[in-house]
Amino acid sequence: MAIDIDTARKVAKLARIRVEEADLPKLAGQLSGILGFMEQLNEVDVTGVEPMTSVTPMRLKRRVDEVTDGNIQAQVLKNAPDAREGFFAVPKVVE
Amino acid sequence: MSNTWTIAAARDALRKGEISAVDLTMSCLTAIDAGDDLNAFVHKTPEIALEQARAADSRIKAGDAPSMCGIPLGIKDLFCTKGVPSQAASNILKGFKPEYESTVTTKLFGAGAVMLGKLNMDEFAMGSSNETACYGNVISPWRRKGSNVQLTPGGSSGGSAAAVAADLCLAATGTDTGGSIRQPAAFTGIVGIKPTYGRVSRWGIVAFASSLDQAGPMTKSVRDAAIMLQTMCGHDPKDSTSADIPVPDFEAALTGDIRGKVIGIPKEYRMDGMPAEIEALWQNGIAIMRDAGAEVRDISLPHTKYALPAYYVIAPAEASSNLARYDGVRYGHRAKLTAGDGITEMYEKTRAEGFGPEVQRRIMVGTYVLSAGFYDAYYNRARKVRALIKRDFEQAFAAGVDAILTPATPSAAFGLGEMSDADPIQMYLNDVFTVTVNLAGLPGISVPVGLDAQGLPLGLQLIGRPWDEAELLKCAHVLEDRAGFVAKAEKWW
Repeated sequence: MAIDIDTARKVAKLARIRVEEADLPKLAGQLSGILGFMEQLNEVDVTGVEPMTSVTPMRLKRRVDEVTDGNIQAQVLKNAPDAREGFFAVPKVVE
Repeated sequence: MSNTWTIAAARDALRKGEISAVDLTMSCLTAIDAGDDLNAFVHKTPEIALEQARAADSRIKAGDAPSMCGIPLGIKDLFCTKGVPSQAASNILKGFKPEYESTVTTKLFGAGAVMLGKLNMDEFAMGSSNETACYGNVISPWRRKGSNVQLTPGGSSGGSAAAVAADLCLAATGTDTGGSIRQPAAFTGIVGIKPTYGRVSRWGIVAFASSLDQAGPMTKSVRDAAIMLQTMCGHDPKDSTSADIPVPDFEAALTGDIRGKVIGIPKEYRMDGMPAEIEALWQNGIAIMRDAGAEVRDISLPHTKYALPAYYVIAPAEASSNLARYDGVRYGHRAKLTAGDGITEMYEKTRAEGFGPEVQRRIMVGTYVLSAGFYDAYYNRARKVRALIKRDFEQAFAAGVDAILTPATPSAAFGLGEMSDADPIQMYLNDVFTVTVNLAGLPGISVPVGLDAQGLPLGLQLIGRPWDEAELLKCAHVLEDRAGFVAKAEKWW
């Protein structure tokens, strides 16, 4: 399945990665190549096969629903590019 | 020159008091400073190393010395290490210093191991040549005979492989999502094991593809791999996929006796156009196993051919989800914004600046295969094929096969830049022999077995039953012992 420029633009938008218009044809070509490679999977008869969901069948562990962590605001914010007054700061989201 | 020692030799010398952990560490730190041309260590931590070494010496004196006590290691940049840059070789994590320590490094340092610094790798572990790092390429210590062309150490754990092969450290941590421990180990003449999925905790390791990622040791010998893996393994409540089952004594399993073991040789791994040298290496390995008393049996793993395309659906899909967290809000890089930019522009500019081209490509492939209308056609189909690949192995093991012997890579190391004009799929083919193991969740180990005509190392891979790293290491130890690989890269750096 060939990816056209409009699809490449849409995928970049969904992935929240800015791609300049001039770079879209090359990206579309590369994505088409990779997806073409995946087309081989259509040769496989997967009738009645369940999609694999876990590597080894095991029941996930459970634990008591209680707070085990917290009160580490300074640590949480330590690596933020912009932290103010105990919050992560971002551009205005709501007008 | 104690930096050239194995873990086993250093452990024994430390316990006998023949060397101190501080001297051992100093020897590595000197080698690291002299090895800058390799570009393997990207964040050096000599102060931490010497402090840990002094503590290790006290423990050894007190008689409380686990095997890894005082052993100087390199740590792949993918592991979060408290207060030390941990950026997965990506600009998007520039400046990130975790406030916590990964489970693997916690276990290693708890056992007294010493951290020399952080090791270069492909960005977010996506690559097979260590050419996608924000730190620049790692240069392999190996060169072709009579040539000074710079070669790749492989990837993604290329810094780990180069550092161990060049004796900058005794061993290193690696991670393996499609072959990222085993391929660089094969390219540099060292040993690398990817354990069974769930054997080693993934907590605190920057996630690439969560259903495939597993950490493991990269070492100078199979015995060292057994010793270091022992310390890295074990149940961790912080990783819900970590297995709560006992960890056997791996080193004790190295008995040298594999008589009666059944070694499977899968015919599907004999690829069209495979170099004669790889075929000869494989035949040599088969002869070694037979001479050691194992039964060699031809087997079939019919869905092998579909492993790479399935992997390149599943891994990017999981990566696109995992890497959504790099948004310029909580850590790492944030793009400079212009007037009027809102939060969407912030995300888009930050991610365009922070991620390199290969990472961007994989995120977008993953986004596409997970998008509405394509989820069933690509992602679900790939997961069904994955189930069939796993079933191939289960049937072989059920028929009595103990381990499977294959080449580790389709060629020896190639030159840096040689693949730059190739399309991305050519690079992906490097993982053709290793990727099945990640899809099936099995343990796999790469062992150096010979040199090619140009004097470069070649490795064979052994694949084991799930949770049976002990038997796998036993077979690998016999292969290593009888292959007698002793070559080292001639020092040019």
